[in-house]
Amino acid sequence: MYVYDEFDRAFLAERTAEFRDQVGRRLSGALSEDEFKPLRLMNGVYLQLHAYMLRIAIPYGTLSATQLRRMAHVARRYDRGYGHFTTRQNIQFNWISLQDLPDAMASLAEVGVHGIQTSGNCIRNVTTDQWAGATPEECDDPRIWAEILRQYSTLHPEFTYLPRKFKIAITAADKDRAAVKVHDVGLRLHRNEAGELGFEVLVGGGLGRTPFVGKSIRKFLPARHLLSYIEAIMRVYNQFGRRDNIYKARIKILVHEIGAETFAAAVEKEWEAIRDGALHLSDEIIADIRARFLYPAYETLADQPAELTEALKDPAFATWHRNSVTTHKQPGYAIVTVSLKPVGAPPGDATADQMEVVADLAERYGFNEIRVGHEQNLCLPNIAQKDLPALWRALEAAGLATPNVNLVNDIIACPGLDYCALANARAIPVAQEIAKRFADLEKARGVGRLHINISGCINACGHHHVGHIGILGVEKNGQEFYQITLGGRADEHAQLGTLLGPAVSYEQVPGLIEDVVDTYMELRSGPQELFVDTVARLGIEPFKERVYAAH
Amino acid sequence: MAAPQQQKLKVHGPVAVTANRLTDGVVVWRTPDHGWSVDLNDAAVVTTAPEAIALLAAAQQSDIEAVGAYVAPVLLDDGHVLPGNLRERIRVAGPTFELPR
Ligand code: SF4
Repeated sequence: MYVYDEFDRAFLAERTAEFRDQVGRRLSGALSEDEFKPLRLMNGVYLQLHAYMLRIAIPYGTLSATQLRRMAHVARRYDRGYGHFTTRQNIQFNWISLQDLPDAMASLAEVGVHGIQTSGNCIRNVTTDQWAGATPEECDDPRIWAEILRQYSTLHPEFTYLPRKFKIAITAADKDRAAVKVHDVGLRLHRNEAGELGFEVLVGGGLGRTPFVGKSIRKFLPARHLLSYIEAIMRVYNQFGRRDNIYKARIKILVHEIGAETFAAAVEKEWEAIRDGALHLSDEIIADIRARFLYPAYETLADQPAELTEALKDPAFATWHRNSVTTHKQPGYAIVTVSLKPVGAPPGDATADQMEVVADLAERYGFNEIRVGHEQNLCLPNIAQKDLPALWRALEAAGLATPNVNLVNDIIACPGLDYCALANARAIPVAQEIAKRFADLEKARGVGRLHINISGCINACGHHHVGHIGILGVEKNGQEFYQITLGGRADEHAQLGTLLGPAVSYEQVPGLIEDVVDTYMELRSGPQELFVDTVARLGIEPFKERVYAAH
Repeated sequence: MAAPQQQKLKVHGPVAVTANRLTDGVVVWRTPDHGWSVDLNDAAVVTTAPEAIALLAAAQQSDIEAVGAYVAPVLLDDGHVLPGNLRERIRVAGPTFELPR
């Protein structure tokens, strides 16, 4: 966990008081909606179809038990008893009234969380691997660098009015769980041959209306230059990014239009002028940030303790363990993914009760720490293996132990037309219906790793382009239709899916997805060949023939 | 997609003016007596573009009660006013699935 200092606390308290005053002036009529809207958006407050929505950032996906418990409190006291975890490591409350927002924000600010920069054309919440600091796969804890970027980018005056929003993601493991290639800037932390820490810098990735996979503009940037190099990128973008057309304003369009090489050259030129200036990260600064991350006082334990071996005789526990438990860097410990995808429930939603259960369990078994992943699941990153059976029983009792992580019903879905004012079509009920078709988890396990991502409009909050199966809601003559893509992936081999064929109606989607999965089961070379690999080997034609013949 | 507020006004059949209540975002409908109601049956329903433009303009004069006003399609059914498309049905009735409890 990162420990916030007095500066952070004072700043949040001031900001909340300022927002309270703005709300008061809006309610009295002293501020018009045109004046108020940019102010509320800067604090993460949107107006959705039928209520205000408060979006709270969870920096690099890390939460303490206290913070999660406070979110449960806000959900219960000011909302309708639940929250929605998003693909951006944020949580959204869907039903808070304007009058209650200052109190809800003040309550959250007391535990150091807020909605600042979760909207607007600024640098947004920096996201990273939800297993950071716990996985043996990484070369360093990427959250250190995400925190440095958070401090740098919060209220940065030069980058508060960018041409468009700006999203940065970091991975420090070869297996990319942060989807860095589809962010405005993706950072891949690694060590060079000399053992020095540095970043591969990718720019111009992104989804939305015009999706692109990011281009590498620097293979190795010594870590101490992170801020100056990001500043150089931001300046080039700020200067040359288009402001005349909202659909062409993201950095990906600039990089695409001028070419990655030209863009890189402009960045390098800018960087040369500032690289050793005020943004140079000295060893002391890095050490100071590093020291504020408190790591668990792990006990000396052995892997596979007797309690675990005994519990694994229970087939239900063994199934969950195989699906949701992952290797930890520390012997005797494990990383646990908590599925927020019970079959038939809205993906990524957690009730206040469930949040409290997870907070209690984190306190009891997990050194107070919880993570949020972009797949809309939670994670307990530090669980002693001997405690896994008890943890599982408690999660199971709260409906939080569905062993479907990475399976066909671990679906990413945006809020869609059930909440979102920009939507063309619903996403959540589509996810629910597909999940039900694969309710037999034995069957889902037979299918293996398969990510379905659903967005309710072209803005792609549900990351449909990079779903192994992507589903995009469109509108035709006032009706909901859905375009299906196959073969997308968000990992280190990121690529965009290929359109399968004409859009189909709401009712047709679940059956069509079943047909796609059945086709894969017939065509795969064996159970070891994952869905995306079969699509990569055969292309979409065999799927297209089969699926459209049936519909 | 552009929100209805940003789209060109098209009137084919009955329409009403809708917005969100300032205090809590609840969906409201413009009434014939220049107020707002949470009940769609209270809405002023018009059928031509000039009427709709006039109704909207009046609704937009003050944003102290309701915000984001726009013209939405409705259906008339046996004396009742019903939402005219799925978006408006969801705005009136809420999400189409059971909310987490
Ligand atoms: S993808 Fe579209 S419908 Fe879904 S949350 Fe984003 S803006 Fe709304």
